[in-house]
Amino acid sequence: MEKQIESQGLSRRKFLKVGGGITFLVTAVGLPALVFKRGELAESKQISAWVHLSSDGTVTIYNPASEMGQGTMTALAAIFAEEMDADWSKVKIEDAPVEPDIYGIGWGGERGGSMLTVGSRSVSGHYNNLRQSGAQARYVLLSAVAEKWGVDRKELKTDSGVVFHPKSNKKITYGEIVEFVKIPESVPEIPDSDLKNPKDFKLIGRDYQRYDVPFKVDGSAIYSGDIHLPGMVYAAIVRSPVNGTQPELKNESSIRGIKGVLNLVSLKHGIGVVAGNMETALKAKAIMEITWNGDPKAKSHNSQDAYEEYEALSKSSKTGSIVAQSGDLNRELPKAQKTIRADYKNDYIYHAQMEPLNAVAHVKADSAEVWVGTQATDGTRNDVANHLGLDFKSVNLHTCYLGGGFGRRSMTDFVIEAVDISKAVNLPVKLQWTREDDLQYGAFRPISLQKLEAGIDQNGNINSWKHVVIGTGGGLLGSGADIPFYDIPNKLIEVRNIDHGVRTKHWRAVGHGPNKFAIETFVDEIALEQKKDPYQLRRELMKNHPRELAVLDKVADMAQWGSPVPEGRARGIAFAERSGSLAAGICEISVDRSTGKIKVHKIWGSLDGGVVVHPANAKYQMEGSLVMGLSSVLFESITFKEGQVEQSNFYDYPILRMEDAPEEIMLEIISSTEKPTGIGEAGLPFMGAIISNAFAALTGKRLRHMPFTPEKVLEVLSS
Amino acid sequence: MQYSFILNGKPVQVTAEEDANLLWTLRERLKLTGTKFGCGVSLCGSCTVHIDGKPVKSCITSLSQAEGKKVTTIEGLSDDRSHPLQVAWIEEQVPQCGYCQSGQIMQAAALLAENPNPNREEIIKHMNGVLCRCGTYLRILKAIEKSTQKV
Repeated sequence: MEKQIESQGLSRRKFLKVGGGITFLVTAVGLPALVFKRGELAESKQISAWVHLSSDGTVTIYNPASEMGQGTMTALAAIFAEEMDADWSKVKIEDAPVEPDIYGIGWGGERGGSMLTVGSRSVSGHYNNLRQSGAQARYVLLSAVAEKWGVDRKELKTDSGVVFHPKSNKKITYGEIVEFVKIPESVPEIPDSDLKNPKDFKLIGRDYQRYDVPFKVDGSAIYSGDIHLPGMVYAAIVRSPVNGTQPELKNESSIRGIKGVLNLVSLKHGIGVVAGNMETALKAKAIMEITWNGDPKAKSHNSQDAYEEYEALSKSSKTGSIVAQSGDLNRELPKAQKTIRADYKNDYIYHAQMEPLNAVAHVKADSAEVWVGTQATDGTRNDVANHLGLDFKSVNLHTCYLGGGFGRRSMTDFVIEAVDISKAVNLPVKLQWTREDDLQYGAFRPISLQKLEAGIDQNGNINSWKHVVIGTGGGLLGSGADIPFYDIPNKLIEVRNIDHGVRTKHWRAVGHGPNKFAIETFVDEIALEQKKDPYQLRRELMKNHPRELAVLDKVADMAQWGSPVPEGRARGIAFAERSGSLAAGICEISVDRSTGKIKVHKIWGSLDGGVVVHPANAKYQMEGSLVMGLSSVLFESITFKEGQVEQSNFYDYPILRMEDAPEEIMLEIISSTEKPTGIGEAGLPFMGAIISNAFAALTGKRLRHMPFTPEKVLEVLSS
Repeated sequence: MQYSFILNGKPVQVTAEEDANLLWTLRERLKLTGTKFGCGVSLCGSCTVHIDGKPVKSCITSLSQAEGKKVTTIEGLSDDRSHPLQVAWIEEQVPQCGYCQSGQIMQAAALLAENPNPNREEIIKHMNGVLCRCGTYLRILKAIEKSTQKV
């Protein structure tokens, strides 16, 4: 994705268009040879839907997932290159065209499905398919060479972009094969036994650099806001301060009178202004006077009152939706020798990706082109097509790097806005959200109240576990609420939802952040109450779960849990799973008792993510997610007053700065041959608990409401 | 209005409105898009460039403030990613989403130009105004520490 991507992207799209209704899947059905060959130059050929080979040896591999910082464009290409046995130093990576039938994956990892990049599923979902596709590309090259040399394909070997025939001592580079390779009518499914033996892997599980990094140190990586089109105009929008209200512009003539303002566009949820340059669009937006009409549900939402509403709902005899249930909680909990209860709270939080939302759109009479950094590439193409009444093929989507996604860029609202404005003014439009727009018209990780209750039997064991999550955002609330790795005989975990009419959305690790905070802090509280070591209590609970236990033991070993801690500091431990990956963390903190400020000095983390394709980057993802988690735990809170977000920019929605980063982060990955699982969020969920647990160890007081701002810390310390 | 300044070592002339802003001029009028818009109010540092060697937040800098001055952007730091910070950034594999990194590097470059051997405390103090959401701070620190004495 260097600057020339635009033109390369177009040529690729051309060959795909030629295909019409033909399936491009590289499966047992076979490669659609004629389609790929058409229009190709002799010195370069499309080997399959996934790879393009040039006579100079350059191997261009297509990246099916959005690159938002998680590094999967590199890892996915590495999986493919591994089985193709390509020379990694000659690999280029380009975004795949937005063709979900070819480049999508289903939730079970099956081909087709969607290209949606969410839930840390890119590597885990594509792993088998990309190994297969890489092996098939190698098969095509070997077949061509075998025919050329008149030898049996099975006698040929490859090594990093070179084909050998040991019997005759002949060799040829992949680049040289371009001249004569014929794309066969069909390519068989390569049996697993013919895939590489993992011990021969040169890339998977090895150390290599990220492909995108060089373009991100010289400003050449292209994000959608960096796109320029001839005749392009600039747009900004004033959006409903209260979700669901409709705008009535009061000073239209003075806005239209501003020099450089070209047009105004009425939208259901706001007013867009179009201008010849960005400054004018932003200036006009700032002085629009708008009356907001309507009385939507959100208007009655005050987040400070929500916890009371949730408390009231928790008392209702009507059960919510059940996340998990085992044994007979209602029979056993009342029989407990001892009952331990605690409530936990978490405020709404905002994605705060560094790149405010933006998109470039050009809507024409019967087609549309969009440039955007999005997690939902095919979703965007679909939504734009449906919105404009076009078919999917008439919408051309140019993917760009994402300046952070974290769930926010899986929505398409901002793209539809750009499309609406472009259509209204009949020009290419760059729509730019300000930071204030991005925050105030955000879609937040939901607020929730978590009520936990544990019954302890006569032997001092946890016999019953009840966890009720009450909040808003429906399906966002339940993720991570189950605890399948803790063997507790009687268990009831449920979610109760109140719709406040405000916008909520997946935020990195979704419900795992709040839920693991509550669960893992509660386990700590039980341990202290039972005078047990919190690490040992977890070991008891997960004694029948060896993988989980190994992860927990690893982090305890790394930090030498139980060894003396410097004066004025204490440690907390927790365990969490996410996207199939298992992670455990320990932190060491101190607290300034006069200011209430928590300092996290060190964090240790361990991770089992199955086969890890790119270990260096996997560790870095874990580091990033725990730093982002730390930010959310210490600082971040969105509040609503009468439906209106009360924060607006980084001065009243602070996120973690360098001075608050941990001094040291130590991470280890557990070696595994299990299938790959999602890693991009795995470090985040345990952050709330390890800090609350360390704080309790240090002060004897308990933090149960995220974020742990200095005010809350002082309040808890004086309680 | 006509504005003249030295951009990455070359004189440029720009015709723009009186209220033209440096960030949007770099990005939209001159198409140097390495400098990013992040907050618009000098709170995040994604838009950091140098004017006469000093780091400034271009989002709150009017174009007239650059008149006659030397403006350096990430594109002008080196032609070939050879600035010691860029080299260290690649060695340490610092960027994740990458959006803030031009600002991080420009902010760091101004520090090292002034003080080639800052200690950790000085680095943190100098870098604290540049936000990163992906959590790359520790690698930024490491990359800067690696580059000390090389600038």
